[in-house]
Amino acid sequence: MTYLQKPKLHHPQLPTNGLGFTHRDYEGAISTLCAGCGHDSISSAIIQACFELSLPPHRIAKLSGIGCSSKTPTYFLGQAHGFNSVHGRMPSVLTGANVANRELIYLGVSGDGDSASIGLGQFAHSIRRGVNMVYIVENNGVYGLTKGQFSATSDLGSKSKKGAVNTDSPIDLVSMALQLGASFVGRSFSGDKRQLVPLIKAAINHHGAAFIDCISPCIAFNNHAGSTKGFDFVREHNEAVNYMDVMIGREPIVADYAPGTVEVVTQHDGSVLRLRKLVEHYDPSDRLAAINYLQERSASGEIVTGLLYVDPKADDLHDHLNTVARPLNELGTADLVPGAAALDKLNASLR
Amino acid sequence: MIAAGRYSDAYMVNWTSNVFPGVLGRTCDRPCEPACRRGRVEKEPVAICRLKRVAADNKDDIRARLPKVPEVRNGKRVALIGAGPASLTVARDLAPHGYEVVLYDADPKAGGMIRSQIPRFRLPESVIDEEVGYILGLGIELRLGQRVDSLKALLAEGYDAVFVGSGAPRGRELELPGRKEAAANIHIGIDWLSSVSFGHVDKIGKRVIVLGGGNTAMDCCRTSRRLGGEDVKVIVRSGFEEMKASPWEKEDAMHEDIPILNYLVPKEFLHTNGRLTGVKFEKVAAQYDAKGRRSLKPTGEPDQVFECDDVLVAVGQENAFPWIERDIGLEFDKWDMPVVDAKTMQSTLPKVFFGGDAAFGPKNIIWAVAHGHDAAVSIDKYCNGQDVSQRPPPMVTLASQKMGIHEWSYDNDISNDARSVVPLRPKEVALKDVRLEVELGFDSKLGYKEAERCLNCDVQTVFTPALCIECDACTDICPEDCITFTANGTEEDLRTRLTAPAPNATQALYVSSALKTERVMVKDEDVCLHCGMCAERCPTGAWDMQKYLLEMTHAGPACRSQ
Ligand SMILES: Cc1cc2nc3c(=O)[nH]c(=O)nc-3n(C[C@H](O)[C@H](O)[C@H](O)COP(=O)(O)OP(=O)(O)OC[C@H]3O[C@@H](n4cnc5c(N)ncnc54)[C@H](O)[C@@H]3O)c2cc1C
Ligand SMILES: Cc1ncc(C[n+]2csc(CCOP(=O)(O)OP(=O)(O)O)c2C)c(N)n1
Ligand code: SF4
Ligand code: SF4
Ligand code: SF4
Ligand SMILES: [Mg+2]
Repeated sequence: MTYLQKPKLHHPQLPTNGLGFTHRDYEGAISTLCAGCGHDSISSAIIQACFELSLPPHRIAKLSGIGCSSKTPTYFLGQAHGFNSVHGRMPSVLTGANVANRELIYLGVSGDGDSASIGLGQFAHSIRRGVNMVYIVENNGVYGLTKGQFSATSDLGSKSKKGAVNTDSPIDLVSMALQLGASFVGRSFSGDKRQLVPLIKAAINHHGAAFIDCISPCIAFNNHAGSTKGFDFVREHNEAVNYMDVMIGREPIVADYAPGTVEVVTQHDGSVLRLRKLVEHYDPSDRLAAINYLQERSASGEIVTGLLYVDPKADDLHDHLNTVARPLNELGTADLVPGAAALDKLNASLR
Repeated sequence: MIAAGRYSDAYMVNWTSNVFPGVLGRTCDRPCEPACRRGRVEKEPVAICRLKRVAADNKDDIRARLPKVPEVRNGKRVALIGAGPASLTVARDLAPHGYEVVLYDADPKAGGMIRSQIPRFRLPESVIDEEVGYILGLGIELRLGQRVDSLKALLAEGYDAVFVGSGAPRGRELELPGRKEAAANIHIGIDWLSSVSFGHVDKIGKRVIVLGGGNTAMDCCRTSRRLGGEDVKVIVRSGFEEMKASPWEKEDAMHEDIPILNYLVPKEFLHTNGRLTGVKFEKVAAQYDAKGRRSLKPTGEPDQVFECDDVLVAVGQENAFPWIERDIGLEFDKWDMPVVDAKTMQSTLPKVFFGGDAAFGPKNIIWAVAHGHDAAVSIDKYCNGQDVSQRPPPMVTLASQKMGIHEWSYDNDISNDARSVVPLRPKEVALKDVRLEVELGFDSKLGYKEAERCLNCDVQTVFTPALCIECDACTDICPEDCITFTANGTEEDLRTRLTAPAPNATQALYVSSALKTERVMVKDEDVCLHCGMCAERCPTGAWDMQKYLLEMTHAGPACRSQ
């Protein structure tokens, strides 16, 4: 924790993106989280992803609930729109905002308590409706903000800092998201930006509900021996099925890989995901196989990470509702009050 | 200390190493500022030089803090030839250890070129009197107004050691047609400046041409503007960019309405009836050969003539040692310069040491001071029968600055301010009096603001690999992107894999031993702000901020081997 603002001075040769911004231009206020909190690394991955995609910050809306994780939107994208909602209610606020203005990029930031405990129902419905968003759960297995109680994602048998053993079954948000029809599902680790940054970039470019479960150690309350969400445990049990490069437009292809080890996915908006496979038979276009694989590996204590499922042709809420292409908040009186003749016509059609 | 308002303390720290904080705070060539880290991360370095003046101007009476001369002397007698900054430094370093120091100078007052050359509007005499006075007060035996005409004779007086700090006193001539005929209005720059300093000259013609592009030329033209010169120009052979004068001196001259014309080689002094009328120049252009060497080639354009009443020739300075006999065992090289060891300042005659402009040709005050310190160490060792080539390393200490979770015993809040400009006296007033100081210096408010720009390069980031849990917090927070966790490799290879480029190969990377994941921590020290953010963000204390203090060894018991 620091009382001082981060110095404005920056590296003299800092690269700039297509908008002429450096990654420093995507920062927010200085974090007040505990030193070493995984959530801060996720913030910095979001900053890096938005910088690399050359996104104009004011076209992004970041929404969150309550928790240490939900505080983080203050610490990145200082120029973006923000909404800090009630505990567990981020998904419905985000859905409402998205319905009103479909042109912003929606970034929902939540915690395991916020999404798997109090907000489980909200989480489920936003996913099944296919809201076009990136939904990130910063998953540390505890209620960090309220001093480290087990959350609904704590693994059975994992130990609290004081030594208590968790006796409840965990909720696996990734499996739930797959079952609920999320069209982009990934899992990553705050300590692995090489995997996390491209995953966030791909999710932002995805059309439909994109869900990322990001394991994020709570330094203060869940980084001890016996924890299953600490740095050491996650590093030992991390089974990455793939790493990827995200290519927008005509960016040159950087590296060559042995044939058969790379899978190319082209998304709705033309962005290309080059997946470098680490587990040979893993197929991220097969929802059922993904669910099975996750169950199987989780039974042997492994944490599967990477891009787990993607449907590049997915629909979103607006497609389902057949709304107009223009954002609803831009429609004028003439569009919204078409007059008596239109009403008569509608009534006639219902007679 | 300056930010904390501890001006006297700051002055004494500075006095120990640079001897003339008030003088140098106004006139230094600032070889230290290009090294200032602030200049790597922002446009301009900290105004280190000007801060020395802030300490000097605002301090209390520090006389009680000056070293005391022991009542019983150590019996060694040392002669210093020339009373410029080099000799004065030797005197300052040796007198407190009991040496009997005898100081000779041909001039009636001590100070060397600080007094005779640097114009009063840049450096008031009171500042010279004060700081030279601190040294003369250390029981120095003065022989002012006495030129040394024979080193042989001086050595015969039985001194234990002799230091030659006689400077580079001769201004270079410009032998061109018309030089003799128009001699009455053609002056050698440094001789003319000293005549002004000593009050022998107090006016010059309305139209003045200054030939030469060094700092002497800048002083000549600015002095002319104050002595009646209305149309004063500086004309140089080479390009404006290549001029030897410091950029700020050129700016100061131009600010005083003095144009600087370049690529003009003087060909002839024009005169009628023994009176100078102007100077004829040939127009040249820079050309580069295959090896990138530059030469000046005539462009073929017609010669240009500039009319004038007076010319000041400032085309360089030379050493001259007519008073050193060549048969006393003191070797001279083919350029007729004494052979002097660059580390020990010793000549080939073991008892005779050199320093300042006399040693390796004209440089500046701070080099003269540095030579003086080195020579004093040598003389002290020599007089104690020790090998002068064995130089003691500087003293180094390292201490943690941590006081609390986000509390440090140094100021880690980094200022975003740009370098402050030194306020000047209005031009109309400044140009009226050659003795009126033109720069006003920073007041304590501006001094505080400028001191806050310092990036605390004495505070080091120290990494303890065993404590690191590789949480990335330090990498994420670092405002300069200095820190990378990556697989180990050679330095060359590591430089290609850093978070941000590290092109300064002269600054070694800080690389840790292997961590738990077998990666290493690599830090590029080049642009680190010492803001301590990494240490504040580190959950395990793997980063610590530690103050590094380097103390050069001066003459005295500390420099002698046991
Ligand atoms: C016009 C001008 C402006 C300058 N401005 C700056 C500036 O702004 N900043 C800066 O850092 N440097 C400046 N310099 C350079 C600086 O003055 C010198 O580098 C510095 O003074 C050298 O110091 P020194 O101790 O070697 O000798 P000097 O200062 O040259 O002193 C030598 C002394 O030895 C005396 N002497 C010589 N021979 C004998 C002898 N045989 N017997 C007795 N006495 C003798 C001379 O009278 C003189 O007093 C300037 C130089 C000039 C010419
Ligand atoms: C309606 C409501 N109930 C309970 C709380 C108390 N509370 C605040 S944060 C929190 C848990 C947050 O856990 P999580 O979402 O995992 O965030 P973390 O701090 O772990 O990042 C709880 C229960 C609250 N603020 N509001
Ligand atoms: S309590 Fe845990 S989750 Fe909250 S800021 Fe501290 S380390 Fe992060
Ligand atoms: S002190 Fe630490 S955080 Fe600050 S610039 Fe240096 S390495 Fe970066
Ligand atoms: S913040 Fe500390 S523990 Fe974390 S990576 Fe940096 S040095 Fe290691
Ligand atoms: Mg949590």
